Amino acid sequence: MSAVSTPAADPTRTQESPPVLVGAGLTLNYGDLRVLDGVDFHVGAGEAVGIVGPNGAGKTTLLNALAGSVTPDRGTIRLDGHDVTSMRPELRCRQGIGRAFQIPRPFGGMTVLENVLVGASYGTRLSRRATHRRCVEVLELCGLIDLANRRAESLGLLHRKRLELARSLATDPCVLLLDEIGGGLTDAEAAELVGTIKQLRTLGISIVWIEHIVHVLVQVIDRLVCMDAGRVLAEGEPQAVLRDAHVVDAYLGRGSHG
Amino acid sequence: MTTAAAPAPPGAWSVQRAGLASRIGSSALVLVAIALFAVPQILSANVVQQLTSLLVFLILAVMWNALAGYAGLVSVGQQAFIGFGAYGTIYLTQRGIQPYLAVVLASLASAVLAAVLSLLVLRLRGGQFAVGTWVVAEAIALFVMLDQSLGGGTGVSLQGLSGYAPEVRRAFTYWLTLAFAVLLLVLLFLLLRHRTGAALQAIRDDEDAAASLGVRVRPLKLMLFVLAGFGCGAAGALTLANTLFIQPQSIFGVQWSAYMIFMVLVGGIGTFEGPIIGAVLFFAVQYFFADQGAWYLIGLGLAAVAFALFLPRGLWSLLNDRLHVQLLPVGYHLRRQGARPRSSSRET
Repeated sequence: MSAVSTPAADPTRTQESPPVLVGAGLTLNYGDLRVLDGVDFHVGAGEAVGIVGPNGAGKTTLLNALAGSVTPDRGTIRLDGHDVTSMRPELRCRQGIGRAFQIPRPFGGMTVLENVLVGASYGTRLSRRATHRRCVEVLELCGLIDLANRRAESLGLLHRKRLELARSLATDPCVLLLDEIGGGLTDAEAAELVGTIKQLRTLGISIVWIEHIVHVLVQVIDRLVCMDAGRVLAEGEPQAVLRDAHVVDAYLGRGSHG
Repeated sequence: MTTAAAPAPPGAWSVQRAGLASRIGSSALVLVAIALFAVPQILSANVVQQLTSLLVFLILAVMWNALAGYAGLVSVGQQAFIGFGAYGTIYLTQRGIQPYLAVVLASLASAVLAAVLSLLVLRLRGGQFAVGTWVVAEAIALFVMLDQSLGGGTGVSLQGLSGYAPEVRRAFTYWLTLAFAVLLLVLLFLLLRHRTGAALQAIRDDEDAAASLGVRVRPLKLMLFVLAGFGCGAAGALTLANTLFIQPQSIFGVQWSAYMIFMVLVGGIGTFEGPIIGAVLFFAVQYFFADQGAWYLIGLGLAAVAFALFLPRGLWSLLNDRLHVQLLPVGYHLRRQGARPRSSSRET
């Protein structure tokens, strides 16, 4: 494991931002298969971290562990300094962890508005009126306002992905975990998505984003983590990580640097 | 993200609950309920008895819809509570309790039974839950059949109502059934109207995604399971009060689940109005075709399959899609302020 730890020269990056969400020594086995192998991970306040790696590297499992869908066999997860390792997902959400799934999972029988409303009314402690206002804001931000009264099952892929994002945003997260929300989008749609995520950053939301479309990812993130076989292969300034020999070898294309 | 405290500017979006149609619809439902209380004053005792069984079907449809349509709990074992409510009533009257009071107490006991059984069955999901509830229902039926004081396998009569004239007895049973139906509908309406309603539909569609948005899944499922236990227990106890005789094979029979599934699928699963339509339709079908024996059951089965395939959201969806009407304001609708008010609706 090599760590690219050269500090970035990026002026927008707040280098000393205190960590919001920290996973230490996360290890998880599915039967004989070790999916996470002592992963250390952190994201600072307002920071955006990208995660890349080949399929089966443990990226989504790491996200599941951070969100509480799975509990690691070893290691701890801290949110704002509090141990949340065994906290259930619904309580973690209320503590400020928002999550968008890789394959959108809309509540198909409900309208777009009602989907978002579930997040706004259960993930926050807002009053009813404020909950409704929040729904409108989130729908406008994610470009779904004109589809608010549509049943979610009638949406196409792009809008399902937007709804996935809108719903988790509605819970007023301090950390947003995004799992390949750019997959399957056209270049124009991806550019729009980058715009939305940048806007979220101005609101101070920390972002953890798994994405295969690296050129989209690097437009947004401060730091890049590359995983392989349940371990962190490299992490640091995005361009430096992408140049790292181990990363090139494991992820960006074996044999392309021969 | 900031939430502006200033009042919304003109042309801003706002979230609405009730449109004109649902205001009219809910008022009409209240009027119908009030009118139904007067039925025994007007119609013959025979009709009153028929209407009582219609109301029992209504209770069952509403309860099964609450389970399957709003919490994703597809139970094939609600006959456990129907039988338990009926036999609980027998048990209590044998100990000198007035029959109508026994009906109420046995319904509450069914709710307690549901809370206990939930420890077992709510661990299961999907198909496992369906089979698990059925197994539990069969086990409870066997226990009851083993008890000779409850008539064993041959059946038992409800004692203690023979002191009343038949018309008076039927009227009382009808009023009690109507009171239960109204109570359960109002309870469900309040649940759906509250934010709980949105959470329950979310659980139905995707349990894990609901949890990731802060919804506590288990307590909500437990609440509906207990409510349905209460309602189905009441339906069983009221069936007994209406017919005065029960047999374990029929009151614990899986055909109850078939009836409930039929009513809810045909009427419209996951809607407030659908089960009401389904119950009325099922009652009519039973009234006219129950003499056809096996063909009747085959017809019911075919109709349920046809609806599941071709009209999965039931008869109510036809009205709802065409007219954009929701009788009761349980949904949410976004509209621009200053725009002409619409009836609350879902576009599909």
